[in-house]
Amino acid sequence: MNDQTKIDQDRAERTEKLQGMGCKRKRVEDVRFTQGKGSYVDDLKLPGMLFGDFVRSPHAHARIKSIDTSRAKALPGVVAVLTAADLKPLGLHYMPTLAGDVQAVLAEEKVLFQNQEVAFVIAEDRYIASDATELVDVEYEALPCIVDPFKSMDADAPILREDIQDKMEGAHGPRKHPNHIFEWTIGDKEATDAVFANADVTIKEMLVDHRTHPSPLETCQSVASFDKVKGELTLWGTFQAPHVIRTVVSLISGLPEHKIHVIAPDIGGGFGNKVGAYAGYVCSVVGSIVLGVPVKWVEDRMENLSTTSFARDYHMTTELAATKDGKIQAMRVHVLADHGAFDACADPSKWPAGFMNICTGSYDIPTAHLAVDGVYTNKASGGVAYRCSFRVTEAVFAIERAVELLADKLGMDAAELRIKNFIKPEQFPYKSALGWEYDSGDYHTAMKKAMDTIGYKELREEQAQKREAFKRGETREIMGIGISFFTEIVGAGPAKNCDILGIAMFDSAEIRIHPTGSVIARMGTKSQGQGHETTYAQIIATEIGIPADDIMIEEGNTDTAPYGLGTYGSRSTPVAGAATAVAARKIKAKAQMIAAHMLEVHEGDLEWDVDRFRVKGLPEKFKTMKEIAWAAYNAPPPNMEPGLEAVNYYEPPNMTYPFGAYFCVMDIDVDTGVAKTRRFYALDDCGTRINPMIIEGQVHGGLTEAFACAMGQEIRYDEHGNVMGASFMDFFLPTAVETPNWETDFTVTPSPHHPIGAKGVGESPHVGGVPCFSNAVNDAYAFLGAGHIQMPHDAWRLWTVGQKLGLHT
Amino acid sequence: MIPGTFDYHRPATVEDAVGLLSRLGEEANILAGGHSLIPLMKTRLASPEHLVDLSGIGNLKGISVEGGDVIIGAMTTQHELINSDELARHLPIIAETSRLIADPQIRYKGTFGGNVANGDPGNDMPALMMCLGASYSVTGPDGSREIAARDFYQGAYFTSLEHGEILTAVRIPIPSPDHGYAYEKLKRKVGDYATAAAAVVITMEGGKCTSASIGLTNVSETPLWASEAASMLVGTSLDKASVDAAVAAAEAITEPASDMRGPAEYRTKMAGVMMRRALERAQSRAKG
Ligand SMILES: Cc1cc2nc3c(=O)[nH]c(=O)nc-3n(C[C@H](O)[C@H](O)[C@H](O)COP(=O)(O)OP(=O)(O)OC[C@H]3O[C@@H](n4cnc5c(N)ncnc54)[C@H](O)[C@@H]3O)c2cc1C
Repeated sequence: MNDQTKIDQDRAERTEKLQGMGCKRKRVEDVRFTQGKGSYVDDLKLPGMLFGDFVRSPHAHARIKSIDTSRAKALPGVVAVLTAADLKPLGLHYMPTLAGDVQAVLAEEKVLFQNQEVAFVIAEDRYIASDATELVDVEYEALPCIVDPFKSMDADAPILREDIQDKMEGAHGPRKHPNHIFEWTIGDKEATDAVFANADVTIKEMLVDHRTHPSPLETCQSVASFDKVKGELTLWGTFQAPHVIRTVVSLISGLPEHKIHVIAPDIGGGFGNKVGAYAGYVCSVVGSIVLGVPVKWVEDRMENLSTTSFARDYHMTTELAATKDGKIQAMRVHVLADHGAFDACADPSKWPAGFMNICTGSYDIPTAHLAVDGVYTNKASGGVAYRCSFRVTEAVFAIERAVELLADKLGMDAAELRIKNFIKPEQFPYKSALGWEYDSGDYHTAMKKAMDTIGYKELREEQAQKREAFKRGETREIMGIGISFFTEIVGAGPAKNCDILGIAMFDSAEIRIHPTGSVIARMGTKSQGQGHETTYAQIIATEIGIPADDIMIEEGNTDTAPYGLGTYGSRSTPVAGAATAVAARKIKAKAQMIAAHMLEVHEGDLEWDVDRFRVKGLPEKFKTMKEIAWAAYNAPPPNMEPGLEAVNYYEPPNMTYPFGAYFCVMDIDVDTGVAKTRRFYALDDCGTRINPMIIEGQVHGGLTEAFACAMGQEIRYDEHGNVMGASFMDFFLPTAVETPNWETDFTVTPSPHHPIGAKGVGESPHVGGVPCFSNAVNDAYAFLGAGHIQMPHDAWRLWTVGQKLGLHT
Repeated sequence: MIPGTFDYHRPATVEDAVGLLSRLGEEANILAGGHSLIPLMKTRLASPEHLVDLSGIGNLKGISVEGGDVIIGAMTTQHELINSDELARHLPIIAETSRLIADPQIRYKGTFGGNVANGDPGNDMPALMMCLGASYSVTGPDGSREIAARDFYQGAYFTSLEHGEILTAVRIPIPSPDHGYAYEKLKRKVGDYATAAAAVVITMEGGKCTSASIGLTNVSETPLWASEAASMLVGTSLDKASVDAAVAAAEAITEPASDMRGPAEYRTKMAGVMMRRALERAQSRAKG
């Protein structure tokens, strides 16, 4: 073995030991999760703790004539019953929403959706609390309700929000009707209309991204404990953004922020459901402040599905204009957004429709216009980003369905049409017609790799044969090929356009190296299962050469973690991941000075080598990071502060734009409407890959949720505003049996502005997956002239498509 | 999802259980595997004050052959039905159906007796028991009696059982060894009740159907025995025209609810599709 091989081998061994970026490091959190040793809010048991439960409205819209709590209060074990009348003097019967609206904590004069919170019973145990809810007598006068958002702004529509009836200026401009929330527009309307007026070919379709729910396995819950002597509140809860919750609690309760301790322990999935603030949190806090003992609130499954934030409910009239040879010239979209009874959408404050304006997708569309009208209906409020960046699933669904419809109209292959219109690699950074600057991308390479791997040409040939066989009556199965080429926009975001309640959407990391060379690092984000404890440690390991196993990552305690905006919208890696790298680099810079002092050379004479600084040209003269750490506490250079730690608050210069090419092959039994996914191939480009195994896990999870949304998951209401199927009996949560097999793949186009080039991946598979499934279904029926088929594509709806086409004689 | 208060009793004999039930009156309910009753209690659609658990009674479990019948004890679990050699030999359709009930965890606890006694049209065993011509052995304060499965189901959650009566066993006549069978169930996912399902048992001789029995699950207030449809098949070669006519006759007796599984029209048609597919499979399995 020559010297160079030896050096290389030694370096490889040291690198391997670090378990840094690019390595399939096993998830450290799984040690506790797979043994049932996670610690969740509901695991918390405090001395004297009481339990709360809600009295909920059976009506979708009704006036409350009276509330009588006397029978409930008389039940042994009941400690208190709160109603709006109790909260009003404290100014807490309404709370602010992230979208600039207010939301009832407990209904005062009216209820506006079924299962709305009307009273909060606090009792010695969970069972008594539940019994007592049945003893609260509420007299209602039912009112006509609005279920169909298209009827919200009718002249004779019942006015839902009497509390803001006269406030015709909303948080996002003028309101056109008492049931109107906002109108948000972007793009050049005149220019767009002009292109459409003169276009060779246009398509127009109302695309519905129906109402569904993120449904994390752990429901929303909190424990509030107020110490009357110290005047301090500790609040444990299922919070994706604990610091924001602390600020909100301070603002609405008047307690000083330093006397509020918010702790988010292990979280059993969030998917956007745990971003907002809920009545249960507020009531547990008020209960504890009033009673001076801890109060726990735990939502049950039906409450979770029917009251805490839903997702989607976007009704998107989508148009494309193109030349006859398939060059897309313009896009025009109008969205009617059903926000339910309160605008509790979780978006950055200036973005009432989230980042819906990413709807021009992966295509170079020179001209576009988007208008979104938000309206109130008698449904639960929300509009959260369910495993996606803000309204990005909706946007991608619109464009990816629309290009298919255009391909159909042009008689062109849907893959070919996409390639023809892709933004070209040399066009990046690319300014879109609706205002974004895409940081990077190489769509052609990704698409080609995907098409080659899936065998696109052969699949189309097989499909052509199957169609003929179907027409001849030889088979009752039809085959669909779904394509989706998506561009996500994640990592909110730059302070110039992103804030939450006025706080810029930076994020943070604080890293401390201990004298013995082990590390604790804390971030302003909060994992809900994404594996932050594993991946942040890998970033630090690579940056400063300390093995990931010697690095502890901690999140979720607002007393110890630096302020951050939390985890959603795939922002942890793009924002806090960047902060982590920058903080680590500050440490490395100081370490270099210490090493230079120790080795008695000039800093510039040192070079970094995996886990050490060595003297250029003298590789045997080095100091490892561990030795440097000890020196930092023991003998720092003269005039240097001892210690080795750093904090970074990172404000991203731009969003990141992950993308991907997805293909789905589906076989549908026309007689039952049952669709079987034969293959699903997902190529993701999320820039630099920190942990390929975690990426794959995220892709599997996101695709599974995409499959659910496209193929059956929904929150439906009947005409009286009764919420239907809000339990796991009906709400489609696929098991391992229904879930297709996933084939994953990747390309790597690093983000040019991110310190490590990473873009975020948790949500891409969901965003790209939903239209891919829907396109497969639509493609299957296209040759029969079905036209656009709305989601969800559950069996009975697909059977109905066949019925209308006369396939069941 | 939090049940109301109840007292729990665990008698050791059928006599004690019957005694307890009559003493405690209408507010007492029998508890077997709990996988239908407890969800109802958690949603407070049922709030019994007393639960009389049958799991402490030894002789309610087990599968045996008596003359030309198979006898299945009420407390035999759905899981045990899948692993029984006796059933595999004489009545393989029972294991086939059991595998389509819920999921493994539920089948470990859920009982055969609970499934047939529950009275939910969504349960899979009742239509199969009607198809097979089973009879239920019942013991109550006034002694024991037998009730034919085909007479047992009166409405949703409403059966011929009087309060205080316990279903102790089910007696099923063993079909000809040459019979063909199939249970076809359409469901949205694992663990779901049927959108529609059909149980079919036939015998064939020289290419002609010599006997047929058809049960339908979850397409009416009660499980259905499609006797007319079945009799239309006897004597035919199960040719398309005969099957079409029988399917139409079976569809005609359905009266499903519209729910999240689909509108009534769909569920009726799916009963027909399931019956057609079950017939095809049964025919392929029938000897003779
Ligand atoms: C998620 C889920 C999915 C399911 N899916 C299916 C499915 O696909 N198909 C299906 O068939 N079932 C399904 N079930 C129901 C399951 O099979 C139940 O186990 C069964 O219906 C009832 O049996 P049990 O032993 O659990 O009875 P229990 O729940 O204990 O009792 C049910 C009812 O029957 C009465 N009862 C029980 N035993 C007797 C007896 N010996 N004599 C008189 N009365 C008695 C009880 O008083 C009660 O009213 C599902 C259940 C769940 C929770």
